[in-house]
Amino acid sequence: MFSGALVLVGIGSFVLHGGPNYGVDFTGGTLIQLEFAQETSVGELRSILSSAGMENAQIQQFGGSNEFLIRTQDFEGIVDEVSRVLHESYGVDGFTMSTDAVGPKVGSELQRKAGIAILMSFALTLIYLAFRFEWRFGVAAIIATFHDITITIGFISLLNIEITLATVAAILTILGYSLNDTIVVFDRIRENLKKRRKDKYEDIINASINETLPRTVLTSGTTLATLLALFILGGTVVRPFALVLIIGIVIGTYSSIFVASPTLLEIEERSRRKDKKAHR
Amino acid sequence: MRTIRNRLLVILGLIIVSVYALIPKTGPTGEKVPSINLGLDLQGGMHLAVEVDDPDGTLTEEGRADALERILTTIRNRIDEFGVREPTIQRVGHDRIIVELAGIDDPERAKAIVERTAFLEFKLVREDDSFRNSLPRIDRGIVQELGAESLRDAGVEEIEPETTAIIDILGTVEDTVVAQADTTGGQAADSTVADSTVADTAGESAAPDQDTGEPNLRPLTSLLLESGNPGILLVAEEDVPTVERYLATEALAKALPRNTQLRWGAKPTSAAGGAYRELYVLEADAILTGDLLADAGPAARDPQFNQPYVPFETTRRGSRVFERGTAPNVGRYMAIVLDQKVQSAPVIRQMLSRRAQIEMGGGASFQEAQDLALVLRAGALPMPIKVVEERSVSASLGADSIRQGRNALIIGIVGVVLLMIWYYRITGAMAVAALAVYVTLVLGGLAGLGATLTLPGIAGLILSVGMAVDANVLIFERIREESDAGKTPRTAVDAGFAQALSAIVDANLTTLITAAILYQFGTGPIRGFAVTLVIGIIASFFTALYVTRTFFLMYLERRSPTEPLSI
Repeated sequence: MFSGALVLVGIGSFVLHGGPNYGVDFTGGTLIQLEFAQETSVGELRSILSSAGMENAQIQQFGGSNEFLIRTQDFEGIVDEVSRVLHESYGVDGFTMSTDAVGPKVGSELQRKAGIAILMSFALTLIYLAFRFEWRFGVAAIIATFHDITITIGFISLLNIEITLATVAAILTILGYSLNDTIVVFDRIRENLKKRRKDKYEDIINASINETLPRTVLTSGTTLATLLALFILGGTVVRPFALVLIIGIVIGTYSSIFVASPTLLEIEERSRRKDKKAHR
Repeated sequence: MRTIRNRLLVILGLIIVSVYALIPKTGPTGEKVPSINLGLDLQGGMHLAVEVDDPDGTLTEEGRADALERILTTIRNRIDEFGVREPTIQRVGHDRIIVELAGIDDPERAKAIVERTAFLEFKLVREDDSFRNSLPRIDRGIVQELGAESLRDAGVEEIEPETTAIIDILGTVEDTVVAQADTTGGQAADSTVADSTVADTAGESAAPDQDTGEPNLRPLTSLLLESGNPGILLVAEEDVPTVERYLATEALAKALPRNTQLRWGAKPTSAAGGAYRELYVLEADAILTGDLLADAGPAARDPQFNQPYVPFETTRRGSRVFERGTAPNVGRYMAIVLDQKVQSAPVIRQMLSRRAQIEMGGGASFQEAQDLALVLRAGALPMPIKVVEERSVSASLGADSIRQGRNALIIGIVGVVLLMIWYYRITGAMAVAALAVYVTLVLGGLAGLGATLTLPGIAGLILSVGMAVDANVLIFERIREESDAGKTPRTAVDAGFAQALSAIVDANLTTLITAAILYQFGTGPIRGFAVTLVIGIIASFFTALYVTRTFFLMYLERRSPTEPLSI
């Protein structure tokens, strides 16, 4: 139930925000990160850029008082213009600049690639699951993983995290990791099913979860600890990446315990009912 | 005992190899080369993706492939001259070239050097009146093509019916200054001029064409100004876009006299307190082109005017061509056109043959002259190229990222260590020792395999530390269970390792799959992430199964078989 609510919140946020907040990697455009030797202001930068004809560029202050982000949908010649105009106003040593400028053609290519990567990940892991586990496990695992990804994306939208190549990579990593988690539990269930044939399915599942609980919590704990270090100390470039991973792993752990197994149970019971009906 | 010793030797051996791989080597020029390849986002540098710029589709598939190869070679030459350590210049797909330059201070300059077509032409400046005489025809054509209404809306004014000669229409710079001072709304009435007026000079008059009743608009001519030199006109800087629009019309293309071309000056000049741009009337046929240059540079500074210039030398054939072009034209102006813009237009003082020089006009810097020499030496691009993707990271941002990543890694490891010891006590310590081995192996693996470490790569490293612990945890939990179930320590350990294996394999395999996909579809930094993840997983397999086991074996040796495990 809780999960259901989370999924809805995620979808709702998506709709409210009018779709995902794509970064320049996918929409094309220019993103410039500036660090000035001295303090300056958004207003000052805006007037400098406006005089060069770039009134509709987004200017944002981040980090310290001399770090800024300039964003625009245009691509051609923007970097050169901004560089020239800033050199005029602040001198050669007055600032350092890092850029991400993506032309429209490359932007749509990256979109396509990211889409394929995501689809392929799903496909390959599905095949792998089918190979290693019986179908009931596979389906439950897929549903749990799907649930994870959806909620994570929902959070991304809620927190207005920019979707860049790194974000997509984080999502794919969560895919692998969450599946990883779920598999550990299922592996234990599978083992117990063999060992304790006489017990009820439900009891076996519960027992398995309890048995794997310390491991799940501890692993997630250590992984989260390292990711937290990354989030806090890693600097502005890595922070969104770390955040997505943290959200994904928290959700993934939660789902391995509370979603994957109940789903498995549900599937098992439904198929048993079908069997019973068929045998009448 | 033998097995433990052997195992320890193996582990030690691997550690030594890893540490060796991590020692910084000295490069060919004696500088310290970092042992791990750093990506652009950590070193600072620039990544450019360029494609052939062929908007009208003049190239066939073959032509495009061929042009791309030549562009590749030319860019390589240019970067070679520019002097970047280990540049990456390669072809990607069938229509793109990637250029990656690490550790450069001025990415914009490098980009300019790569991008420039560098097509050089020497053309004579026309001094006859053929262009001026064609101006009325051109003006009319422009009016027809663009429409009188839209021109008037854009502010083109009617010419007073009294002004007749074309020469009079072309004011001088001073004239415009005066005119602007006393300008009013001056829109003439929207009526045609009834009478023709007397033409003052030879050639067509400025009189309107009575038959068609066209209004007397002079869109192009009214924006042109005399410069004192017959073949060179001036246009106020703010009028340049408008004039360019006129120059792009069909009307102009049709009405332009034979063998005539119009080209802009490369930079604005200032005169009478305003900014103007030169418009040259040139002969379309060049008397020399860049492919006939044998060498160019080094750039030098002219002591007399303190202007930088680029000396050049022509090939044997080039020198003959140059002689033929310059000998009969001594005393005329020769425009040096670079990428369709006139760099300068000196007078031909004597016949030119083997050696000459290009003067950089209009306040060019010495560096610009050097860059031009470089580009001329390396050769022109067969087709212009356009940048389709550009990413750059300043060296300071890169250094910041390294520092932050390293700190995060250290803190992360410390956190994990504390957690493990608290939860698993002595066996936890074993895991920590295994972790130390793990980190060494991973870093050594990165260095040894020549993999590139990027910022997401560091994140991947940190993530894999957390996950490497996982394998150990799986094993320990198993051992605990087996121990609680009453097995002896030894048996519990063996059983633990055996049982946990399948779970470890299954679990890590899925992460390996996604890492493989990320490598396949990812760009540079993401690939770095995938690589560290894969190396991390393989290393964690090894450390959990082999190294931790070894430690366990050692631990068990030292204790009595019945003492319970500290786990």
